[in-house]
Amino acid sequence: MNEAERLVELIPRLRRYARALVGDRATADDLVQDTLERAWAKLHLYRRGTDLRAWLFTVMHNVHVNRVRAARATDQLEEDMPELAQRAAQGDALLVRDLDRAISRLPDEQRAVLLLVTLEEMSYDTVARTLEIPIGTVMSRLSRAREKLRAMMLGQGATRLKVVK
Amino acid sequence: MSEARQPTEAELQAFADGRVDPDQKAAIDAWLAEHPDEAERIEAYRRFDEGLRKLYDPVLEEPVPGRLMRSAGVRRSWLPAAKAASWLVTGLAIGVLAGWQLHEWRTPPPVAADPAAVMARRAAMAHATYSPEVRHPVEVGADQEQHLVTWLSKRVGAKVRAPRLDEAGMSLVGGRLLPGESGPVAQFMYQTPAGRRITLYVRAEARGHRDTAFRYARENNVGVFYWIDGECGYALASADLAKDELQRVATLIYKQLD
Repeated sequence: MNEAERLVELIPRLRRYARALVGDRATADDLVQDTLERAWAKLHLYRRGTDLRAWLFTVMHNVHVNRVRAARATDQLEEDMPELAQRAAQGDALLVRDLDRAISRLPDEQRAVLLLVTLEEMSYDTVARTLEIPIGTVMSRLSRAREKLRAMMLGQGATRLKVVK
Repeated sequence: MSEARQPTEAELQAFADGRVDPDQKAAIDAWLAEHPDEAERIEAYRRFDEGLRKLYDPVLEEPVPGRLMRSAGVRRSWLPAAKAASWLVTGLAIGVLAGWQLHEWRTPPPVAADPAAVMARRAAMAHATYSPEVRHPVEVGADQEQHLVTWLSKRVGAKVRAPRLDEAGMSLVGGRLLPGESGPVAQFMYQTPAGRRITLYVRAEARGHRDTAFRYARENNVGVFYWIDGECGYALASADLAKDELQRVATLIYKQLD
């Protein structure tokens, strides 16, 4: 299998990561598309025999950072929707939905580490290479991301009790 | 056991990820047995990891949009074959998913079933079924709008209209009739020039159902705004639009149908 074919094979994983990283489907697929175009154009720079997945995720990470920077420069619109939903969900479903929201509130760089570790099951070492940061930083971001999630989930549990009729 | 060495934070993270060797694991297990707060913290991390996989792993089963295949250098001439293969896989996945979703949807909600929430679920399911259709997204096209509206109004049993969404950059594709909880239901489909789709699900509301404010729900990647207004219940669904965009369209519809 050549690189181009492996690139295609990795698309579903890029989409999963992108969805978790940016939230909605359209924006996530835009990110994947930009990533693929860039990767395709730069494929000659990829060194055969090295980890193509890590290379591709590095490309995506850089594209994402640039997009976020560009978006910040143009507008500061925060996604802050009034809470209209009255959800009927319990147990697991509730956890999963709150988690969706909590994950979107993590700082970008912490979210990236957590997602590569849990969804991609990358080794800490590979995460460090992919995001081009020291491994110590990977570990501290991972720890902070999880602790922040836990704080948010505990907090949400408390407010929910007040909201639910 | 009381002299068990305190693991470092990095070791605890690796432990949560199941990435420690057996000796290390035994030592950390022993330490956690004496530190229940820490054990609980690590257990929470594991639950989050599992939750994240539950949330996002379904993306792996979604068919890859053609534009992404082309960006990855898949030449057009390959597409039919690639598509056929991907649809084969998708077909299987849909079969499995449908089974799972039907099961989920058949399970009665734990609280007394809110009729509006039931409508939102059905609207999400109808959206997921018809919006990916390339050749037959609707039964009656926008070119026969008058006929479409008359027909749907008659079958649904309420005056149904197809709102204008030009302001949101969306045009009517057409509509179809669907079976609902307590009678036929209308579904209108709209799309942007880039092919992003929304569907508006309209049903006649039993007398006694009071008007409601907008509510939002999310069912397997489909976002739904739903509300009851007068004699109709509405649910606006999309897998393509972000929540705030969808809300803008819902507001536009609400104003027009008032």
